[in-house]
Amino acid sequence: MSALHGFLFGIYPYIALAVFFIGSLIRFDRDQYTWKSDSSQLLRGGELRWGSNLFHFGVLVVFFGHLFGFLIPESIADLMMTPTEHALLAMIGGGIAGVAALAGLTLLIHRRLVDPRIHANTRPWDMGVLSVLWIQLVLGLWTIYFSTQHLDGAMFLQLVAYVQGIVSFRAGNADLLNGVPWVYQAHIALGLTIFLIFPFTRLAHIWSGFATVAYLFRPPQLVRKRAGDARKLPRVAGGDIPSRQR
Amino acid sequence: MKIRAQIAMVLNLDKCIGCHTCSVTCKNVWTSRVGMEYAWFNNVETKPGIGYPKDWENQERWKGGWERKGDGIRLKQGSRLGVLMKIFANPNLPQIDDYYEPFTYDYEFIQTAPEMPTPPAARPISVITRKRMQKIEWGPNWEEILGGEFSKRSQDYNFADMQKDMYGEFENTFMMYLPRLCEHCLNPACVASCPSGSIYKREEDGIVLIDQDKCRGWRMCVSGCPYKKIYYNWTSGKAEKCIFCYPRIEAGQPTVCSETCVGRIRYLGVLLYDADGIEKAAAAADPQDLYQAQLDLFLDPHDPAVQEQARKDGVPENWLEAARRSPTYKMAIDWKIAFPLHPEYRTLPMVWYVPPLSPISARANVGQVADAGGIPDVRSLRIPVRYLANLLTAGKEEPVVHALERMLAMRAFYRTRQLDARDDVALLTRVGLDVAEVESMHRYLSIADYEDRFVIPTTHREYAETAYYLRGECGFSFGNGCSPGETSESLFGGKMGGKRVFPIRVRGEDGREKIADF
Repeated sequence: MSALHGFLFGIYPYIALAVFFIGSLIRFDRDQYTWKSDSSQLLRGGELRWGSNLFHFGVLVVFFGHLFGFLIPESIADLMMTPTEHALLAMIGGGIAGVAALAGLTLLIHRRLVDPRIHANTRPWDMGVLSVLWIQLVLGLWTIYFSTQHLDGAMFLQLVAYVQGIVSFRAGNADLLNGVPWVYQAHIALGLTIFLIFPFTRLAHIWSGFATVAYLFRPPQLVRKRAGDARKLPRVAGGDIPSRQR
Repeated sequence: MKIRAQIAMVLNLDKCIGCHTCSVTCKNVWTSRVGMEYAWFNNVETKPGIGYPKDWENQERWKGGWERKGDGIRLKQGSRLGVLMKIFANPNLPQIDDYYEPFTYDYEFIQTAPEMPTPPAARPISVITRKRMQKIEWGPNWEEILGGEFSKRSQDYNFADMQKDMYGEFENTFMMYLPRLCEHCLNPACVASCPSGSIYKREEDGIVLIDQDKCRGWRMCVSGCPYKKIYYNWTSGKAEKCIFCYPRIEAGQPTVCSETCVGRIRYLGVLLYDADGIEKAAAAADPQDLYQAQLDLFLDPHDPAVQEQARKDGVPENWLEAARRSPTYKMAIDWKIAFPLHPEYRTLPMVWYVPPLSPISARANVGQVADAGGIPDVRSLRIPVRYLANLLTAGKEEPVVHALERMLAMRAFYRTRQLDARDDVALLTRVGLDVAEVESMHRYLSIADYEDRFVIPTTHREYAETAYYLRGECGFSFGNGCSPGETSESLFGGKMGGKRVFPIRVRGEDGREKIADF
């Protein structure tokens, strides 16, 4: 095991996750005006309608697939399905969603490059984020090819153990990725990098996207009042209605 | 009953001359910024016309406002889950071309042009792409004074149920001005559309605001507002809207659009209303009942029981005093000459309009329409009553006729008083007014003194929070602290685009020309 391997898969996850959580918190606390989805739909709808919907719905399925697929403890997962079934579900479900997300993202990148209005208002980071996500989706889909060669689910279990090892602070966790094909390793390393850049890019809006679930349960009308209680005001008769000030 | 107070606006369209001073002063103060060039918190439309943005009144197309469902109401753009499902690409969002592509002109070329056979021209440049535009296709006021073909302007939604073709003929043509701003509704659809809960109504004065820090740019409010008065700032990525000049209102000053109105058509005053009745009023079965339902929400500020309850609900004493002197209460409730704009959207808007009188039509001039006892029949006016009713009362003609008759009676009464030196009280009794009332109407509508038009109580910030800690704070600003309105690049990214259309060139100390960096 090289030092780089140990760093990338043993130490880097904690750096990335720490920056992800602390960075998000600092941005939310210090610079919330910059916290937004940064939609460009007003300038041009067009490809965005298919592109954005395909990408977002696809990537949401992929996200929750990863979340539950990797973080549900093995003992519970075993009750629901065999490792082979688990691997097949991940490959087929994740594959379909991944292809949808990739197609959508490709449309979004195309419009950023080709449409003069969108192109003129694209910051370097916008293309950076889109490119990183595009590469990550390609890598993710690529892993399916390798997974078909291990249908017994053994390697899948190895990856699950690695991810769970991160959240359970298992010592020597990086060793679990020894001998795993490079595509998986690249996918994991780039995935961690996405966590790392998350707070500094428009990706931060993902937090808010999940927070919109609260919209389903809040009262339709929102009224805000000043911190103080107007009922405690002294009764002032007349006055306080300025007339002409010029 | 829960009594709240709101500063409502009334616009007397009878006196609007369409000068756009309100729009221009508003733009200068609030929206002369990158990303908001296309946005006019206040704009003046010439009606009939499709307006700004195009066809905004057609809610079958834009899905703004509320619709009745069962015994209640829901957003026309869908259920809450439906709204969330549209978050990635809002199918009801207007494109910037529906407003207009913001442009400037290459003025510099006029200064720097070489000798040419023809005079140099400043050609239009798109503010979005910063490239030359072949042609300006549309603007904020493209239909000014009936500009464009009638066939296009007649797509106006207010022609519903009318035989509109005759109004394309020169003899029968008519027009009026419609200044528009955020309605600061009692039942705002934008607030209910916002997935992040960033839009709210202020309890103390009813102003609807967007919390710029909490806005995430989901864009559902833009489509939710039936008046299309929320604008997406395409550089900051946040929604912005008319703020009713709250820093001025808090200090007891009128909004900029009202202050600068040269026709003195705008009125600002306090209305007391029952907040518990909003839901029921907005759900009235027949859209034509919505005007009356909203009127019923307003409470009489002279009623001691109302005053007592208002005090219990925390309405300050100077607000009650202002409510008793409110010009908007007089026009909307006492005289019933002001109406809400499109009550059928069920948002219970709080910017009301006095319908305009218009010249007698050609038919009436040749004696085909009778003069009804000293005042002309309102149906002989050029602007069809039906059109005004479609605009102001969901198509119910009686209240509009009643208001126009009262205004005509006031004119006729004052004409006889001035010319014949006598009071023709019979004119007034026909429209249910007495001499004292019509004198008051005359004072408010014709004289329209500053003190009568604007009765605005100051807020009580100094009591509600310790003002001591507000010393040296910024007034209105964007972003963090005292940001001057431009969010510069930071660790967390800056604004989208926003480069200068024309870079400013300066000569440095070394004598070389360079691009100034602001």
